[in-house]
Amino acid sequence: MIKIRGLHKSFAANPVLRGVDLDILAGQTTTVIGGSGSGKSVLFKHIIGLMKPDAGSVLVDGVNMSALRERELYGVIARFGMVFQGGALFDSMTVGENVAFGVPGRAGMTAAAIQELIDHSLSQVGLSGISQLMPAELSGGMKKRVAIARAIAKRPAILMFDEPTTGLDPIMADVINDLIIKVSADPGITSVVITHNMASAYKISDKIAVLYAGRIIETGSAAEIRATTNGIVRQFIEGRATGPIPTG
Amino acid sequence: MPGDSLGRISLNFVRASGEIFLLAGRAFLRIFQRPLNLKLISSHLYLDGIKSMPVIFLMSVFTGGVLTLQSFYALQRLGAEIFTGSLVGVSLTKELIPVLAGLMLAGRVSASYSAEIGTMVVTEQVDALFTFGIDPVKYLVTPRVVALLIMAPLLTLFGDFVGILGGKLVAVLVVHQNPNLFESQLFQSLELWDIVSGVIKSVFFGLTVAVVGSHFGLKTEGGARGVGRATTTAVVVASVIILVSDFFWSKVLPFSLR
Ligand SMILES: Nc1ncnc2c1ncn2[C@@H]1O[C@H](COP(=O)(O)OP(=O)(O)OP(=O)(O)O)[C@@H](O)[C@H]1O
Ligand SMILES: [Mg+2]
Repeated sequence: MIKIRGLHKSFAANPVLRGVDLDILAGQTTTVIGGSGSGKSVLFKHIIGLMKPDAGSVLVDGVNMSALRERELYGVIARFGMVFQGGALFDSMTVGENVAFGVPGRAGMTAAAIQELIDHSLSQVGLSGISQLMPAELSGGMKKRVAIARAIAKRPAILMFDEPTTGLDPIMADVINDLIIKVSADPGITSVVITHNMASAYKISDKIAVLYAGRIIETGSAAEIRATTNGIVRQFIEGRATGPIPTG
Repeated sequence: MPGDSLGRISLNFVRASGEIFLLAGRAFLRIFQRPLNLKLISSHLYLDGIKSMPVIFLMSVFTGGVLTLQSFYALQRLGAEIFTGSLVGVSLTKELIPVLAGLMLAGRVSASYSAEIGTMVVTEQVDALFTFGIDPVKYLVTPRVVALLIMAPLLTLFGDFVGILGGKLVAVLVVHQNPNLFESQLFQSLELWDIVSGVIKSVFFGLTVAVVGSHFGLKTEGGARGVGRATTTAVVVASVIILVSDFFWSKVLPFSLR
């Protein structure tokens, strides 16, 4: 389980996280929703130890990520698979090499077995026959899906998705939703998802957390969030331009 | 305030120097950490070393040629033009080829290192490497350092050879010296140590190019403009380090072992 307590982070004069408290339960799918620029990606980078908090802590199964030394962090990070918002595919490698990059025990596998694993992982995200292409030859949505395939092929215990369905057509977005549900069905797998898409959030989440003004202002199941009386959350999930959230 | 910015500049300078030294040390220590990524090293040997040969060739042949031309006329005023070969051989191998090859590599290779690594930083590829449990220094910097530690001295030796060849061509074809005179003078005064001390410097220059390029790449912030800034800074800093340190190397290394 991931325990976030009192997480603060500022960039120069820009306070982004102002005391985030959140529990991400093992084996569940937790979704973080929040406005653009509200700090969701920054929160993710703290969870995997890529950013150091100004104050507060992230405990992953009791291990404080920000207190680890670099070498220890490399050990813990093996348990995570991360889909970055922009994909972050290695652009000097083919799609296939990207997907196989983090596969544990790859050195001991035959070329055919690796290719089979690549093809299987790509077919899970609705792609086939592209393993020889370079990332620069893919569309934005294809890159995103390859990034998802790459994270899943690693077989991590904790999967982090930063806006997995953004930029995908509605049908493909639902394919990815189903894929997240499928991999998260394994009780050994904890998923954390950032999304702007409320339909996805309702469909895949055991728990939804709303990030606003640097704090988690509400958490609950999909049904609880749907029925919320918090005006800010209501405005966000209904996607209205007018309401308590300032847009100027 | 001018004093203020001067203070900040020197602080930045001290900090950057410290970080570059640290990165050099970290990259170097990781050479001895198994496994060494031979595939990456060989690709850098080829891309940054072998593919630098044409430009090193041009630079050396013209440097050798023009040095011979100018030395010949200067020595002629003293009636000492028969010593052209001696002067050219020592100057090329000890000084000009190592420094100019270093500057060429600073322009060509540290630019590409900082642009490549910088792009990986701003597109979060370096963060992604980290999520696969891969140390960016070991994966990105060490292979580049190893490649240049090998290629910089080899390119310098290649440049020495081509530069002397260019010198001989000019001696024979342009100033019409006796072909054997240039060569016999050159080899009479050239010591093995002249070549070796040039090569020793080139090893350091290669290390500088690799580490400085990688350092500014890893420090890149903020999109395409950041990558551009990192690249320019890397080339300037690597070139300045090469030029300044060359003076100190020349002071520290004995002029002759005889
Ligand atoms: N490396 C950084 N340096 C400085 N500021 C940063 C950095 N990363 C993020 N920020 C700032 O932190 C704030 C939150 O950014 P973040 O990327 O977390 O937003 P987000 O919630 O993921 O938004 P989106 O939904 O648009 O992806 C922004 O104001 C951004 O400018
Ligand atoms: Mg984001």
